[in-house]
Amino acid sequence: MSILIDADSTFIIQGITGREAVTMTRELLDYGARVVGGVTPGRKGRDVHGVPVEDTVRALTERMQVDGSIVAVPPAFAADAVLEAIEAGVKLIVVVTERIPRAQVARAIEYASQEGARIIGPNCLGVISPGKSKMGGIGGAADSTRRAFVPGVVGVMSRSGGMTTEIANALSEAGLGVSTAVSIGGDAMIGSTYAELMPLFEADEQTQGIAIYSEPGGPMEAQLAAHMAEHGSRLPVVAFMAGRFMDEMPGMRFGHAGTIVEGRADTTADKIARLEAAGIAVAERIEEIPALLRERIEGAD
Amino acid sequence: MRFYEHEAKDLLARHGVPLPQRRVALTPEDAATATSDLGGPVVLKSQVLSGGRMKAGGVRFADTPEEAAEAAEAILAIEINGLQPMGVLVEERGEVEQEYYAAVTWDAAVRRPVVIFSDMGGIDIEEVAEQHPEHLSRTHLSNLRPFSDFEAKLAVSRTGVTGNELNRLSRIVGALVQVFLAYDLTLAEINPIGRLAGGAFVALDSHVDMEEEARGTHARLLAGLGIPDEDTRQARPPTEFEIAGAQVDAADTRGVAGRVVEFGGNLGLIIGAGGGSLTLFDAVRGAGGDPANYCEIGGNPSVAKAAALTKLVMSKPGVEKIAVMMNVVSNTRVDIMARGVIKGVIEAGRDPAEAIAIFRIPGSWEDEGVKILERYGVEYVDRSVSMHEAAQRAVEKAAAGTGGG
Repeated sequence: MSILIDADSTFIIQGITGREAVTMTRELLDYGARVVGGVTPGRKGRDVHGVPVEDTVRALTERMQVDGSIVAVPPAFAADAVLEAIEAGVKLIVVVTERIPRAQVARAIEYASQEGARIIGPNCLGVISPGKSKMGGIGGAADSTRRAFVPGVVGVMSRSGGMTTEIANALSEAGLGVSTAVSIGGDAMIGSTYAELMPLFEADEQTQGIAIYSEPGGPMEAQLAAHMAEHGSRLPVVAFMAGRFMDEMPGMRFGHAGTIVEGRADTTADKIARLEAAGIAVAERIEEIPALLRERIEGAD
Repeated sequence: MRFYEHEAKDLLARHGVPLPQRRVALTPEDAATATSDLGGPVVLKSQVLSGGRMKAGGVRFADTPEEAAEAAEAILAIEINGLQPMGVLVEERGEVEQEYYAAVTWDAAVRRPVVIFSDMGGIDIEEVAEQHPEHLSRTHLSNLRPFSDFEAKLAVSRTGVTGNELNRLSRIVGALVQVFLAYDLTLAEINPIGRLAGGAFVALDSHVDMEEEARGTHARLLAGLGIPDEDTRQARPPTEFEIAGAQVDAADTRGVAGRVVEFGGNLGLIIGAGGGSLTLFDAVRGAGGDPANYCEIGGNPSVAKAAALTKLVMSKPGVEKIAVMMNVVSNTRVDIMARGVIKGVIEAGRDPAEAIAIFRIPGSWEDEGVKILERYGVEYVDRSVSMHEAAQRAVEKAAAGTGGG
């Protein structure tokens, strides 16, 4: 098993004729993902690497099963594209686009929750269930993806797309491998947080442990810590916290949009304390993550 | 992006929030003139992008133009939390009978705007929340249904305020919500709203933050408030090096060479991407290194962009070596990065084999990249060497280089 996507998942790409989306389509097809259609308004009738293009999401959902959509349209039109997908009945939407205004993201998230849909991102590289499928640019070309993401037992959640791959690569080289990796997005407001994805990993038999990549800013780490304290988990969680230097430099911007520090609870020191208090091990270096997970997974058996 | 108090108030005034008469003064003489214009007792407040003004002596009272000039002189000389005031706000001063608190912000946990209101304003709102929770209301707004005035009324009413006060305060809170929603703000706060002896309500102090990413959308508003594009509102103004870095990024749309920040050390960093840079900067410092700069390479920058950034970093006084490092990349081409940094080092008049302490960018077109690096004798490592190990190696080489003169 895996979470969110498996080998049978069918999905479409909104904004498929954009330069980077065309490359992504090629990489996804090479990886074996079932990209069944694309949408670019006014481009109906064309195809991208054999994938048919339509003007609207509904034109695709009316004639085929569409499990998910990757939204790769410019920021000014991205929230509208997400609403269109939800309205057409799509239940999983991966939003690659960055710099979408927060209020528009909030609106899309609220609409998704009302309609029983899930948003991953924005400002993310997507989801991969190694050896089965991937949804988004995560891992890049198919051969690079196969190298960094070996099927295995660790669920990965990361606020950085690139660091998703770095951590997956470390887990793969250590022989643990990855069940599903989710690049959850670097923005201050995202559709699916660590705490919201935890129950999915809990329910997945393949997953035996969790690795997360964290940054300054936002309440997501505190929410995860509260979730773990309240519900506990069969899964050991190991976190890595980047941007510790930012604690010394209030008011300066670094990293993703979501790293903005608006209060003391947003600092790495505060987050690390909360995570550790909830029983989450915090690694000092990426290469420590596999060993920390292995001893906890084996200890749990 | 934080607004100065006087900018926040100008914004509120446009939306009908009642405010005291006020003037911005840049000098003690201005402050004296403003005080005689306003014609009565005034309060003078440091215009600085920081809280804690009262404690630091950045807020003073004056009854005459002479006193105002003295107060302004004192305020302008006080740095608050490391920040210089841009001027002094001179405001008419009335007798305040009661203070209230109102704010709209994002509740990141539920991902909705929340209106926070209290009839105990003027003090730390966290303290009110802890010690007098019945005096503080939190009212969440819908992202789907348009805001309606009853929600402002609800927020005020929940603290027990009623009568004429309820209606007048609700109007102010409603206007505050409109401002928050109209301009992609992350915080719109009035603390306090004052009820004056005559029964009038006015916003006495305000704190407004706009989402950094929304600056472009609201360019006209910002221009109208007199906020120039180059005013970054960071903790300090950008250095020449940082301005040059931003120009490198803007000169070419391919890929990103963003957030160039200057530091005082000797090891130049060409690092990426968003999360990778945060990780690598920590790793360099953790290994005892002293970075000359921070930056974020991302996407797929052209040879020219990578070269220009490298040249900029290499030409910084005191920088003998650079470390070129990224996390395992999905779409950045290793060969293009290799070509770019080597070109930049050569253009800076240096030898790539000497100047590049380490090159660690695992990803696509890696074999082609390695061939280029080998031709120039540059030390590189692949993904079997971790980011922290690569950073350690770079720091050791930078230290050895300095030691050898």
